[in-house]
Amino acid sequence: MKKLIVSPSPHVRSGITTQKIMLNVIIALCPAVIASGMIFGFRAIFLILVCVATSMVWETLFNMIAKKPNTISDLTAVVTGILLAFNLPPTLPFWMAAIGTFVAIVIVKCLFGGLGQNFANPAIVGRIVLMLSFTGAMTNWTLPLARQTSDAITGATPLVSQNAEYSDLFFGMTGGCLGETCALALIIGGIYLVIRRIISPITPLFFLLTVEVFSAIVGADPLYQILSGGLLLGAIFMATDYVTSPITMWGKVIFGIGCGIITCVIRFYASMAEGVSFSILIMNILTPYIDMITKAKPVGAVPAKKED
Amino acid sequence: MDLALNCIKISHRKNTENCETLVYPVPETVCIPMLQHMGSPCKPLVSVGDEVKVGQKIGDSEAFMSVPVHSSVSGKVIAAEDFLSAAGKVCKSITIECDGKQTVSEDVKPPVITDKASLIKAVRESGCCGLGGAGFPTHIKLNFDENKTPIDSLVINAAECEPYITSDYREMMENPEDVLNGIKIIQNILQIENVYVCIESNKPKAIELLTDMTSGDNSIKIKRLSSLYPQGAEKVIAYNATGRTIKEGELPSNQGIIVMNVSTVAFLNRYFKTGMPLIRRRLTIDGNAVKSPCNADVPVGTSIGELLRFAECDEDKVKKVLTGGLMMGMCIYDLSTPVIKTNNAVIALKNDVKKTQTNCIRCGRCINACPAGLMPTEFEKAYKQKDADRLKSLRVNLCMNCGSCSYVCPAKRNLAETNQLAKMFVSQSNQEKRNNI
Repeated sequence: MKKLIVSPSPHVRSGITTQKIMLNVIIALCPAVIASGMIFGFRAIFLILVCVATSMVWETLFNMIAKKPNTISDLTAVVTGILLAFNLPPTLPFWMAAIGTFVAIVIVKCLFGGLGQNFANPAIVGRIVLMLSFTGAMTNWTLPLARQTSDAITGATPLVSQNAEYSDLFFGMTGGCLGETCALALIIGGIYLVIRRIISPITPLFFLLTVEVFSAIVGADPLYQILSGGLLLGAIFMATDYVTSPITMWGKVIFGIGCGIITCVIRFYASMAEGVSFSILIMNILTPYIDMITKAKPVGAVPAKKED
Repeated sequence: MDLALNCIKISHRKNTENCETLVYPVPETVCIPMLQHMGSPCKPLVSVGDEVKVGQKIGDSEAFMSVPVHSSVSGKVIAAEDFLSAAGKVCKSITIECDGKQTVSEDVKPPVITDKASLIKAVRESGCCGLGGAGFPTHIKLNFDENKTPIDSLVINAAECEPYITSDYREMMENPEDVLNGIKIIQNILQIENVYVCIESNKPKAIELLTDMTSGDNSIKIKRLSSLYPQGAEKVIAYNATGRTIKEGELPSNQGIIVMNVSTVAFLNRYFKTGMPLIRRRLTIDGNAVKSPCNADVPVGTSIGELLRFAECDEDKVKKVLTGGLMMGMCIYDLSTPVIKTNNAVIALKNDVKKTQTNCIRCGRCINACPAGLMPTEFEKAYKQKDADRLKSLRVNLCMNCGSCSYVCPAKRNLAETNQLAKMFVSQSNQEKRNNI
């Protein structure tokens, strides 16, 4: 008797894989990578490469020690590496960046069970840990190469100075983290992800809309608030991380609004200039609760009868 | 309205849509299982050594949820053995050695239908069950209680949303009169106001043909549905035709709807004319291991291995054989498995789907794909924790096993399979609870 394979349906699967999704995110990040190289010079690109390489090394080492199959081929370590690098000032020493990727990959992701199990965005926690550990190095904002003069290499970020031109903010000709300054590159990446249906535009739109409304209410310049700081980077690439954001549409709406409110509260009322990373981290932690109250509605479900 | 329920796009692979139905020759032997429908199996009415004729009743049951089984050939009964169906149920089967004469039984004569009761009786005697795949006994479907909810809509399911299958499409193209006359008879006797014939947009010729033929009749509406999966699922097509939601635990008749497959109504019309019960059916033979894909009109009980040879299938390369479509079809474990009434396709595949599972990344694709609005990824977690209460509150019982969640999952998790396991787990835990009280 000829042996046949017997398996449950369906007997066909779509071509999409986790790896392809992550590859698309990497492609979407490319404009911002190129922009950072053009704005801050070769060292910025090199810092990104260091972050990517160390992320992959940490994940490989962890999997070897934990005797697990190596998972770097899913490309999530590459994405985390690039995103963390985007949150660093271009001058940060490489060893500090390596500590950042260690925190992001090993402590936040692998120790919680690897991909899909982390409760917070690895790159965000990596950035916050570096921020608190090496505050000096992490706030050493170099100006774009084109704006450096013999007596001014560093300067305040636009959120502190509050006097940058819109065009400079849009094209990234300001001081700041290496991936966050160029709004144009980030928006191109975001549009690409939405068109390829990798991310839902709901979270970024509600995030940005909330910041705009909040800024308008307190009398700040809404457009300036949106274009400066890490808001676009956070809204497009960090708040849309599948693992740490709500899974349903209404959950994404709540998540976006929550991120927007917390960002504004920190920006306008706290002692820190920037609040995007903390807002996303706080909403990451709230995600399971948001999921709980925004369950999908089964079609035709009738309320359960009380059991006697 | 058409897009209100979630659905997914899949490739159609309708290779056989222009293949005229071939009449399959009488096989040497047929093996006819006593359970080919949803419900209770029949008891054999013949024993080894008996001579049987075409259309002769060879199995029947007194159970409510059952339909009789008829012989598809004339010849001699050579075995009556236990049979393990692809669905994992054991019933008796009758093996008949064909004499090739195809002598028709004297019982085969057109039924006299005057009212609802005689219609129901005739439909039961025809051995008819839903030909779309589930095999729900048709006479039970038609025997609704008109005092409870009046039936005002008859939905004819001609969506055929599964890849490869074209047997319903060929029915419409080759026998459109049977389809429309069958509808008319049921509509007139049961006095149903509206008829919706629902066809997916990837069958424009069928839509055009039936629209032309019904141009003078306002009570039959030909509905064009977008080509999305699972458009042909009962709840989905009932919603898309009438806008009514069939609620948890309800049958379509609770909402005033009867859903019937297009091949079922066409068969009923032929039965009303000739009295020949359900002993043959059209099925699509396709798949990447099949060299000449075709549609064939096959006697029930023919072995699937023979059918595949008929379609020039390379048997050495076959790894997997399905009855039904790629999305919901069932694997057979043995090529000698016979064709039964509910098989609308036989698909032979050279390869299995690759299944390297990775962790769930919570992308939510399964939730956006579920036509029932469920959360398959949450079922998986709750099932892992053996949390029956959570599974119940998430309504795992509403899963129709369409397989869309598994299809779209980038981590290639077997979500549809887990849903079925979870459903079984919930019903077991309900049973235990009842026993403990």
